[in-house]
Amino acid sequence: MRGVRWLLLKDLQILRRSPLQAVLLVAYPILIAVLVGFAISRGPEDPRVAFLNEVPPNTRIDVGSAELPKANVKERICKRVECVFVSDRAEAEQKVESGDVLAALILPADLVNKINSLSTLTPGVPEVEVLVNEENAVKAELVDDRITSLLAQANLTIARRIGAEGGRYLGLLVDGGQFSVLGETVQILGLRTTARILEGVTPALPPNLRPALEEVTEFAAQARDNLDVAKPLIDRLAQPIAVDKVVVGGASPPLEIFAIAVAATLTLAFVVVLLVAGSLALEREENAFPRLTRGLVSPGGLLGEKVLLGVGVGLVVTLLMLLGMQFFVPLELSRIGLWLVAILFSGAALGAAGAALGAAAREVRAVSLLAFMVTLPIAFLSLVPSGAVSPVIFDAIRYLTALFPFKPALQAITAALDEAGPGIGGPLLHLALLCAAYALIARLALRRFAAV
Amino acid sequence: MPDAALRADRVIKRYGDREALRGVSFATAPGELVAVIGPNGAGKTTLLSILAGISRPDEGDVSSSNGEVGWVPQQAALYRRLTVEENLLLFARLEGHEDPRGSVEEMLELTGLRDRRREIVARLSGGNQQRINIAIGLLSRPAVLLLDEPSVGLDPRQRSRLWEFVSALADRGTTVIFSTHDIQEAERYGGRLLVLADGEALFDGPPAELREAVRREAPEAADRDFETAFVAYLHHRGH
Repeated sequence: MRGVRWLLLKDLQILRRSPLQAVLLVAYPILIAVLVGFAISRGPEDPRVAFLNEVPPNTRIDVGSAELPKANVKERICKRVECVFVSDRAEAEQKVESGDVLAALILPADLVNKINSLSTLTPGVPEVEVLVNEENAVKAELVDDRITSLLAQANLTIARRIGAEGGRYLGLLVDGGQFSVLGETVQILGLRTTARILEGVTPALPPNLRPALEEVTEFAAQARDNLDVAKPLIDRLAQPIAVDKVVVGGASPPLEIFAIAVAATLTLAFVVVLLVAGSLALEREENAFPRLTRGLVSPGGLLGEKVLLGVGVGLVVTLLMLLGMQFFVPLELSRIGLWLVAILFSGAALGAAGAALGAAAREVRAVSLLAFMVTLPIAFLSLVPSGAVSPVIFDAIRYLTALFPFKPALQAITAALDEAGPGIGGPLLHLALLCAAYALIARLALRRFAAV
Repeated sequence: MPDAALRADRVIKRYGDREALRGVSFATAPGELVAVIGPNGAGKTTLLSILAGISRPDEGDVSSSNGEVGWVPQQAALYRRLTVEENLLLFARLEGHEDPRGSVEEMLELTGLRDRRREIVARLSGGNQQRINIAIGLLSRPAVLLLDEPSVGLDPRQRSRLWEFVSALADRGTTVIFSTHDIQEAERYGGRLLVLADGEALFDGPPAELREAVRREAPEAADRDFETAFVAYLHHRGH
């Protein structure tokens, strides 16, 4: 144990003497924290879209007897995109062609009249015009998605109004009431009242006329009942398929918490794996390993010291990073105990994996490259969600990522950061098993170090 | 030799089917300066690593009467990004010295590097690095010091200063066993020579006796330089 203390001090002295390494260890997590922080706190920028409204001012959208709210058109659109107002079609085209805007949305002068015609007996087809510059496939798809989404919302609003109007007309037919046409009020009797009147007069009729009247009465009742059923159907026409989201598994925290967990785990993984693997390989590169293990420190003690170094530095750097993230996204500081547990378990397992890598290569440069080549793809694979690839490939990824501590470390840190995440017990057990397995591999691989 | 500082008895070491050492036996007295010589692959490093306890013999025994055996590997086992003082202090602490700083001062004095104590080791010459390397080997205050090809890569001036330093150690009573493939160096600095070839000990005695043996067994090369005569001697002995 005494030897471990002096070796730790020695490794920290060497780290201090390597300005590039020290700067990278501090700068890297700060850079990651700032990038992730900005990314999750600002969100994506709205696309710039030229907006030309040719609809005459003060034109109102009337669907049946209802007026749509005034702000619907312009404000709803400009809430979803950055509107660049243009005065005519030529200017809109010029801005799209020059790339100043992603697209131009033109509301033609007859748009409102055509929308208003939808609730009449001669409905028109309302159209808006979209000018797009498809020089870039990604941009084109982005514009398509935004415009389609905007129009879907507008269509839904109008369809709901039309459905409500249709329902009102059906209500008049069933229950009766007043109806205005060409400025005059018309009284509608309604099927329900019709049936009641007919039922009232039937007993007063001669018996030979009653069957025919009873048929008419029955038809009125049937029509009333069926039209009653049709009303909710018309309501559903506006949005026939509703979404009922039920979470059946994979409890997930908010996206920004997951992003922070990914950034923290990446930082911890790179710092710990590179540091442990590099410092162990350095003992071999400096020819110090045989001298140290000739009674000064045991191979197991040396491995423990390297893992301790990685966990210590990784803990400090990751905690600094998480505290830095506080400037962008408030984290629950009351869970800091769980953060520490998750980071310590993750650091130990990642450190043991780093030791196994460090024992496998002869030089620090080779081992650094190896550590990057192993950690980076494993980290990417660990982020592949189920359903994104075929089941066979996903199973292969699942088994592969279960062999390296990155994924359980990510799960543990996610669980530590937010209670909505998955439980922390399973990942911690997984990390403990991986730590033991990699420590054993590293210990066996160290035998190669002893060869003179 | 009853009061041997270090004794090897019929040491055999195999690597697969190949025998790297074939029953090597020898003993050294306190303060002796022994050179282990032989061509590349003769088994010099294998013998020293077994004497140092880094590898184990397949057969035979190694024992030291006075305790600690210091070992200085062929390539300097130093942390090049630490200073001279930091390296010495680290190993003094790892050795468990009660006064590690006092031990550092002692080694700085011994190596003559007191004024360069705060220099990063990587900036020192190969000769000075080797002196620190040996000083670290001496921190355990060994009765026997093993040096594996200590002068490899040093220029003549550095080599001369190194041997002055090593000879002084032997004069103070430390048994020094060093390996080399430089025959002239072995003859000049070794009080006793152990000749290895293909894992076999061909000769064990003072340099003058080796010259005599060479002259006796390879008379055709006796008038040529010692290195050429030595090669002829090995050839005569079937190596």
